Amino acid sequence: MTDKSIIRAEAEALFAAFQATGAVPVDADILLPAETLLDLYGEDIRARAYVTSDPLNGELMLRPDFTVPVVQAHMAHGADPARYCYMGEVFRKQDHLGARAREYLQVGYEIFDRAAPEAADAEVFALFAHVLRPLGLRAATGDIGILLAAVRGLNTTEGRKAALQRHIWRPKRFRALLDRFSGRAPLTDARAKLLDHLASDTPANLINAAGTVTGLRSAGDIADRARAMIDDASAAPIAAPEAAMLYDLLSLEAPADAALAHLRGITPLLPAIAPAVDRFATRLDALRARGVVTADLAFEASHGRTSLEYYDGFVFSFHGPDPLPPVASGGRYDALTAVLGQGQSIPAVGGVIRPGLVAKLKGAKHV
Amino acid sequence: MSKAGMLKIGVPSKGRLMLDTFEWFGARGLVMRQTGAEREYSGVVQGIEGVELVLLSAAEVPRELAAGRIHLGVTGSDLVRDKLADWSSQVTELATLGFGHADLIVAVPACWIDVDTIDDLDAVAAAFRRSNGFRMRIATKYHRLVREFMTENGVADYQLVDSQGATEGTVKNLTAEVVADITSSGETLRANHLKILSDGLIHQSQATLYAARTADWSQIAAATTALSQKLRLRIDTTAH
Repeated sequence: MTDKSIIRAEAEALFAAFQATGAVPVDADILLPAETLLDLYGEDIRARAYVTSDPLNGELMLRPDFTVPVVQAHMAHGADPARYCYMGEVFRKQDHLGARAREYLQVGYEIFDRAAPEAADAEVFALFAHVLRPLGLRAATGDIGILLAAVRGLNTTEGRKAALQRHIWRPKRFRALLDRFSGRAPLTDARAKLLDHLASDTPANLINAAGTVTGLRSAGDIADRARAMIDDASAAPIAAPEAAMLYDLLSLEAPADAALAHLRGITPLLPAIAPAVDRFATRLDALRARGVVTADLAFEASHGRTSLEYYDGFVFSFHGPDPLPPVASGGRYDALTAVLGQGQSIPAVGGVIRPGLVAKLKGAKHV
Repeated sequence: MSKAGMLKIGVPSKGRLMLDTFEWFGARGLVMRQTGAEREYSGVVQGIEGVELVLLSAAEVPRELAAGRIHLGVTGSDLVRDKLADWSSQVTELATLGFGHADLIVAVPACWIDVDTIDDLDAVAAAFRRSNGFRMRIATKYHRLVREFMTENGVADYQLVDSQGATEGTVKNLTAEVVADITSSGETLRANHLKILSDGLIHQSQATLYAARTADWSQIAAATTALSQKLRLRIDTTAH
């Protein structure tokens, strides 16, 4: 058999295993409207997806992942609850020379279920662990829901919480904002000068003094933000103990049971995370009920933050030896279904396996 | 006509950039000049054997280097970094030539009194999307450099719109809110009521001499050595 046919056979076997659970197979388009993906993922997706153009429909993208088409198919005519599986190529533009694949097969599994999200999380993880067991992979998990709850519960202004929440998935900017809001980063001279200037007169007068007003952004919007900046400058920094807890949370890495004990320990200091920590505990129970040994399961509070997928709850991945990319990855993306559903939303969790990497690891084992 | 077994140097085919390049090589004993009519794109090199001058648009030099159709090329570092993916794996930077300076910068309307840094720009992008229902538009022709800069700085909720010329006018024409463009004096920006962000410098460009890693250097060893000595440069042509 050729490499391609070995990989396809591997994909078919995984797909059959997913179908055997009763999941409904979904066929997704390869050409997707670029606008939907750009609105969801931002310009960064252009660095990752092949863009092509249609004479009538404008910009189209070669499917970079299955999330968007599967959620859209579910929203259009899905049962509630539903389990789906799929198999097909995804296309990833590579900006660096090297061996990274530009097109490869993915086999995926998704659960849309309102009733018991933690049970659904455990079901997906246990299924992946089961089908991947022969490969002896290292699993890693996380829970972005705890981080989001910690941010929402901070004792600070709504504006600051919104800014932090918006950048949960961009760790570097998130860190810079947190440093500023907690007073760890000193106010720069340039910023102090700007604030002095904004406080020196009414926004309307300052805008007029700056010269001709140009562009679509209105003078009203400019004035609103100028006032918000002055308010923000006078708001107290996030209190040191609370900020310290958040820094601690960002770097938390421990086996899942130990991580839970640690989180229980800091919950009195960050009471807002209590419901998210309870959900974490419920998920660990559900995982144990499915035979997962949570005492050894790696947990990192920041796992999955750098992916473009906008996971907002449980996240997981399965890794072979370095430098291979993850063999499988997935997570919960409730908020994304709300964005794509235009009013409708449904809790959703799922993941994908790369059969090409499965075949590679199996081949290596036989050598 | 192009000859096999020649070391080909690509040089911008017109204007200040061409004359400054000729002068730079001239100072090192390589006399370059246009042949035929002023607008005819052919030229010669004197003072060295086995070297051919290829006159072409500065914007095409990166592509010709990447394809290995020229061995050496002079163009702006902004063009190489924007047009070539993973540029340093495709070309080697041999020398910066000290002319053709231009800064690729981010500029916003001067009336945005609340905006001084990239950080502010990101905050405005979030508010703009909320009140206008679409992502804030940044007009540029430097898509790769601008996108990488925005990603590096964690800016979200923006979109790039293509502008191949008169980019500063896009704000007034309501086709963009922000521009990312080349400037040397900043005069055009001021005339269009725009100001540069204090940390909005994306790239400081200047004319640079590059070597193509993928070109066939095997037949031109003598010319390469001679040129290397004249220019007093080590010409590293090894591919990664």
